[in-house]
Amino acid sequence: MSEKMFICGDEAVALGAKLARPQVIAAYPITPQTIVVERLSDYVEDGSLDAQYLHVESEHSAITASIGAASVGARTFTATSSQGLLYMAEGLYYASGGRLPIVMMDANRSLALPWNIYGDQRDSLSQLEAGWIQLYAEDAQEALDLTIQAYKIAEDPEVMLPVMVCLDGFVLTHTYEVVEIPEQDKVDAFIPYQKYANRMDLEHPMSNCVTAGPDYNMELHYQQHLATIKAGEKLEAADKEYGKLFGRTYGGMIETYRTEDADAVIVTLGSVAGTTRCVVDKMRDEGKKVGLLRIRCMRPFPVQEIVDALKGVKAVGVLEKDVDHGFEGVVYTNVNSALMRAADKPATFSFIAGLGGRSILKSDIENCFAKLLRQAAGTPQSPTVEFVKLGCE
Amino acid sequence: MNKPLPVEFVPPKKLADYPLGPCCPSAHIVGINAGMRTFRPVIDHDKCVHCLRCFLVCPEGTIDKSEDQLQIDLNYCKGCGVCAHECKVGAITLVKETEA
Amino acid sequence: MGLNAQNITNEELFYGHKACGGCGAALSIRLVMKVLGKRTFAIVPPNCMSTVAFIYPSMTFGCSGAITTFAGTAAFESGVEAGAKALGLTDYTVVGFAGDGGTADIGLQSLSGAIDRGDRIMYICYDNEAYMNTGVQTSGLTPYGAKTTTSPAGDRLPGNTKPKKNVFEIVAAHDIPYAATASLGYPEDLLNKVAKAKATDGPSYIHIFAPCPTGWGCASELTVDIAKKAVDSGLWYLAEYENHEYTLNRNPKQFSDVRDYLKKQGRFAHLKDKDIEEICSIRDAIWAQMRKHWNCK
Repeated sequence: MSEKMFICGDEAVALGAKLARPQVIAAYPITPQTIVVERLSDYVEDGSLDAQYLHVESEHSAITASIGAASVGARTFTATSSQGLLYMAEGLYYASGGRLPIVMMDANRSLALPWNIYGDQRDSLSQLEAGWIQLYAEDAQEALDLTIQAYKIAEDPEVMLPVMVCLDGFVLTHTYEVVEIPEQDKVDAFIPYQKYANRMDLEHPMSNCVTAGPDYNMELHYQQHLATIKAGEKLEAADKEYGKLFGRTYGGMIETYRTEDADAVIVTLGSVAGTTRCVVDKMRDEGKKVGLLRIRCMRPFPVQEIVDALKGVKAVGVLEKDVDHGFEGVVYTNVNSALMRAADKPATFSFIAGLGGRSILKSDIENCFAKLLRQAAGTPQSPTVEFVKLGCE
Repeated sequence: MNKPLPVEFVPPKKLADYPLGPCCPSAHIVGINAGMRTFRPVIDHDKCVHCLRCFLVCPEGTIDKSEDQLQIDLNYCKGCGVCAHECKVGAITLVKETEA
Repeated sequence: MGLNAQNITNEELFYGHKACGGCGAALSIRLVMKVLGKRTFAIVPPNCMSTVAFIYPSMTFGCSGAITTFAGTAAFESGVEAGAKALGLTDYTVVGFAGDGGTADIGLQSLSGAIDRGDRIMYICYDNEAYMNTGVQTSGLTPYGAKTTTSPAGDRLPGNTKPKKNVFEIVAAHDIPYAATASLGYPEDLLNKVAKAKATDGPSYIHIFAPCPTGWGCASELTVDIAKKAVDSGLWYLAEYENHEYTLNRNPKQFSDVRDYLKKQGRFAHLKDKDIEEICSIRDAIWAQMRKHWNCK
């Protein structure tokens, strides 16, 4: 029987990681990821997790040691946040280019400057091009489930890519919920360990993470590109299989809520989807045709899924805790690019919100919807890029 | 054989023929390195006392000590001259490739 | 009877590389690999050696190996060691081959971390006293008076203005189980130090003085000779740190003339008498300390 526990998002990730039985953990503490590495240290100490735990001296070494461990074929876990993720940046590209199926939790946190420890998504979104599968959880339960599913996707021989499981700093990492903990034997059956084809080996010496000059470089990137796209299918398949085993499914790369006949849809990711869902219900009760599209996977990007889900929608707003200064929200850029493939492209708006941990209230989301509905009703709205709830004029 | 032999490498034609990411079996050498050599080391086996100093200090590892007479793998000797310089009995001379 | 040319394996485990003729770094790796054998994971950051050894489809190492991040040689090794241990592998060595910049500058943090954790890794610094792969720029291990492309010599400056960073003692200050300095001029000494490091149950470090004819502006046949002259003139030293103690392996009563060493190299060709005096005074201060505090043979 699975048990239920009242735990925070960080603890849920730590439990998910423990259930996945990583053979090596290399991590460096950073707020708000710290509880993950503390719990994992406890599990190693009390013997409930049989892993080599490397207390490394920096995030750069955390990812480099993870790469080393994965390059000999060890199942590896790490976790970071914010500045730590940026300090890892070099290694992120290494891990994906090296086709090393590391799983990492990122506690989404603002980037300096200004210094700020609270949650926004600028850290992971700045690394979209790093070649990692990027998954975003809405709550602690999904964070746990995704941590386990991440290994299923990462280690799939047709994928062999690292996976980043992102959850909002504090809002999820430090907030307590009732979480159902899967049984170990079922998790073991779901993600059996298998040897990595590219591992360095003693019996058959392998040179790994090597140079490829102009003659061979593009082909390896093309190969990696196709594998990344493949991960989208694998995410959906993993979710279905997980659902059969554990009774919880989330859908594939996106999740839609009341979008079928919607005039206006907010596209978002992470915990703010929960708030948005409440707003959708309230506004639907008021007869307003609004809906929610939650992106669960930013890489690979669910291009066709978004096009299909937003068919017939008149106005789309992308609500994100991110800004690409001088341009727009980067999720908006991605969604907009996808919608260029649509037969009838809806009007689109970029809603920048929640930077540095500012709360996104139901009323803020209602205001966003109101703007979209005015657009949908035929009144052109501006600006296209809006900072939601600025405290100044 | 104390060293890998160069392999005939056929560049992959299909994507499926590529390795999983940038990896490759070790001791997999393609082509030879002798092109940069200007001087060729020649061992006078009558003078050689088999002290193996040249074998030890060759940066390329081209000197094979398994036979009675030392053998130099000229496919990989770059002609740096360390062997001749270090030979205490003057058994190795460097001969210009064009005159060899 | 230690390891020597007669009893060391004939098998080559670093073969077919594309390094320059007379490369000291390549000779360092070749000799180290002869002691370590095939059951080795060789980790190399981006430097000349990874450049000449790991270009698809030409792979020079006879053992498993990988290119790591420049700053992360020791961390990569730690990861390999942890992974290998977790997978139940036995009877193997994890070794890193980084240059002077990769060790003394960008890689120092991860080296310190790995030693501090006590991970069973071997770390080889092949010291050719500048960033050679990028075209001879000054590093923390470039000696006083050496001309590099970023420490030019002219009327105002004598080339590099700082002595070498003391990485051997920085490493030893972690109370590492085994650390040593070596020189290609004394290859048998190097082989035996590698054997000691291999047998060490914990981190080990060997700092090899490894000339670069291309970067130093000297004839390619002088690689070994010049590495010996560096030791004989006191500009490098052979030492060990083990059992919490330093030992000076070679303590000559009299140094050979530093000019015999310096004048063979283009990078020192500009030196004036007063620069050479400065080089000697830096040398003498280091030796006075070593002779005072270390076990001397």
